[in-house]
Amino acid sequence: MCFLMLNYAVLCSARGEVNFLEEMLKRLEKILNAYHGDKGTLIPILQEIQGEFGYLPEELFSEVARFSGISQNEIYGVATFYTQFRFTPPAEHTVKVCLGTACHVRGGADILDAVERELSIQQGGITSDRKFGLERVACFGCCALAPVMVVDDNVYAKMTGTKAKQILMEYGWKDKKA
Amino acid sequence: MTFDEIRKQAESEWEALEASEKPRILIGSATCGRSAGALSVRLAIETELQRRGIDAVVTEVGCIGLCYAEPLVDIIKPGRARICYSNVTPESAKQLIEDYIINDNARPDVALGTIGDKCIEGIPKLFDLPVLKSQVRISLRNCGFIDPENINHYIARGGYSGLAKVLGMSPEWVIGEVGKSGLRGRGGAGFPTARKWEFCRGAAGKEKYIICNADEGDPGAFMDRSLLESDPHSVLEGMLIGAYAIGATKGYIYCRAEYPLAIARLNIALQQMKEHGLLGDRILGADFSFDIQIKEGAGAFVCGEETALIMSVEGKRGMPRPRPPFPAIAGLWGKPTNINNVETWANVSAILQKDGEWFASYGTEKSKGTKNFSLAGKIRHTGLIEVPMGITIREIVYGIGGGIQDDKKFKGVQTGGPSGGCLPASALDLAVDYESLAAAGSIMGSGGMIVMDEDTCMVDMARYFLSFTQAESCGKCVPCRIGTKQMLTILERICRGEGKSGDIEQLLKLCEVVKAGALCGLGNTSPNPVLTTIRYYRDEYEAHINEKRCPALVCKPLVSYYILPQKCQGCGICLRDCPVEAISGGKRMVHVIDQTKCTKCGTCLDVCPVRFSAVVKVSGEHIAAPDKPIPVGVPGREKE
Repeated sequence: MCFLMLNYAVLCSARGEVNFLEEMLKRLEKILNAYHGDKGTLIPILQEIQGEFGYLPEELFSEVARFSGISQNEIYGVATFYTQFRFTPPAEHTVKVCLGTACHVRGGADILDAVERELSIQQGGITSDRKFGLERVACFGCCALAPVMVVDDNVYAKMTGTKAKQILMEYGWKDKKA
Repeated sequence: MTFDEIRKQAESEWEALEASEKPRILIGSATCGRSAGALSVRLAIETELQRRGIDAVVTEVGCIGLCYAEPLVDIIKPGRARICYSNVTPESAKQLIEDYIINDNARPDVALGTIGDKCIEGIPKLFDLPVLKSQVRISLRNCGFIDPENINHYIARGGYSGLAKVLGMSPEWVIGEVGKSGLRGRGGAGFPTARKWEFCRGAAGKEKYIICNADEGDPGAFMDRSLLESDPHSVLEGMLIGAYAIGATKGYIYCRAEYPLAIARLNIALQQMKEHGLLGDRILGADFSFDIQIKEGAGAFVCGEETALIMSVEGKRGMPRPRPPFPAIAGLWGKPTNINNVETWANVSAILQKDGEWFASYGTEKSKGTKNFSLAGKIRHTGLIEVPMGITIREIVYGIGGGIQDDKKFKGVQTGGPSGGCLPASALDLAVDYESLAAAGSIMGSGGMIVMDEDTCMVDMARYFLSFTQAESCGKCVPCRIGTKQMLTILERICRGEGKSGDIEQLLKLCEVVKAGALCGLGNTSPNPVLTTIRYYRDEYEAHINEKRCPALVCKPLVSYYILPQKCQGCGICLRDCPVEAISGGKRMVHVIDQTKCTKCGTCLDVCPVRFSAVVKVSGEHIAAPDKPIPVGVPGREKE
């Protein structure tokens, strides 16, 4: 294990989190074990890590680098190239507003505006209580239902700004005016 | 097992299903159907069948393409035609079970159409409806008819007979047959498929690869998702045929991670192929071994470009590289590689199941066969369509599409996504083929077709597509990285009402540079939306720049909302719902919008009761409205 990792382990143990990091490394090892000897597997590895942890924890990069023989620098370069990867834990609920062409011509941008205004965050942001995150996506491929908003895995069709607010409240958002 | 044995087994399973004594219920459950609620309909149907003790066969099928009518539920009673019901809800599904399955009332009032030779009185034949009549289904031949998770359904309908046939022929014969069909790449560029294969077959080296490009990234395009979810084997059989013709040993499907259902169904399909000896070593006992692996994309539009896609499969940043060498000579891991799109592969399997001449009998002289489009936007019948090449845009929009939503005026149609162009009403009679679309300034593209009406601002459309390509530019080459950014900056300025004279000329100049100088297709084609909107809708650009007016009332900085004092009844709904407290008023007082606070979200217009219709949206017009609330009935009302 490299210096950085040890350093982090020291830091964790000082905070009493040593078990937490060990636990993360164990989960990582399980993922990596399936990829011995294959080439071109960096992206699937990163995808599995994100599937497991919800994001790409920085403290695991050195171990991935050791395993794959690819420098941390390069891994970071690949991870930042693709929009799928995130480097911070996701919010409890992720709201995705579709801005595909069909949604755009049917007013998708107004839905995004309404959600941004209601949650007081910009696209890509997370509310301070970490309950809601907001993302824009390029197309869900259900253009017949445009404009579309997705919360976690639930698709909401034919949206309006007012409807967006009501849906957020179903997920526990508190109305500012109430 | 020989292929004949496999086929006999599949056919007997299919015939047993067709001859079933039980009623059958088919639910269209591709992603589009599921988003519309197909799974809750399925649950309601199963619960109701159980509650009533009815023995029926419930099957999930793929997408027949009628997205506007989803969720779709089809019911087949023994010996009768199949009836297709549209926009089914859990409640109406229960009612259908009672009405049709129990009481034998086919409910013509809610049925969309029948499928099959038999008729049912009062219900039209589904494929006689305008939405389906001019369609020809080749690549979508099985979509909505088979269970995509059952390989035997595919085989019973002729599947893998093309592969079985080619294994007894020479690879050169296969390429010749594809050549006779005239098939061209359906990913958008339209390169002749047989020639692409020939290059790769002729390339030196024993190790060769095949890739299926399923990185459908164009916003507003869902043809490939639908096809993979509804009939994955048609694509996989095409890949096997291509691998045999080229001499490849390994194949990859590069699919967007955003398509989890497509990936799940592909995985099931690959497993079933292995079980049937259709994948792996010595396929169907022939001297041909091939394996297929799925690679999930990670969200980068540029990876649809073939050299970028190869980089991504190798696990690197998906940045394109200059060609030559072309992938056919040096592709994945430096080996000869052939990449075709999902739809191309599905056409290959259809061609080899029949023959090249049959395929070439559809279409025009230079564009043979059919093309899939996802028809969306301001159109009545949103959906996935497959039409013979050469059909007019008018037939697609008004025939198949049923015309514009809410009877508004047609303004244009956008083909080819961010790489394509907007075509105006004067192009309605244009034939849809590679050459005609290119001559009009657009491209065939992978098949996104977005219909726009009078409420769509064409300058905003150009800005929208540029914002997409600019964000997705990989940044490797200067013309694309800087050029798209500069074009976007100018377009954003115009949309904000800060356009200057000379902006249009500047845009045109930038377009030329980016088109000629960018490294890959993403950059080369990114000016198309700008070029075509300037060519066909220059007056809209001029209205934005010279009059600071958005004729379609879309560009927010150029529109204003007003409450008409003659019409406002002081009901207070807009005041209550305004998210930024820009509206003042009181009971029986005419409400007033503070223009300095207004964010132009349009909520007041949405919520104002139709019987009052007191809120108006204007651009470049002045509306006489009081500065502060005044009693209802005072100003201007006496004039009424």
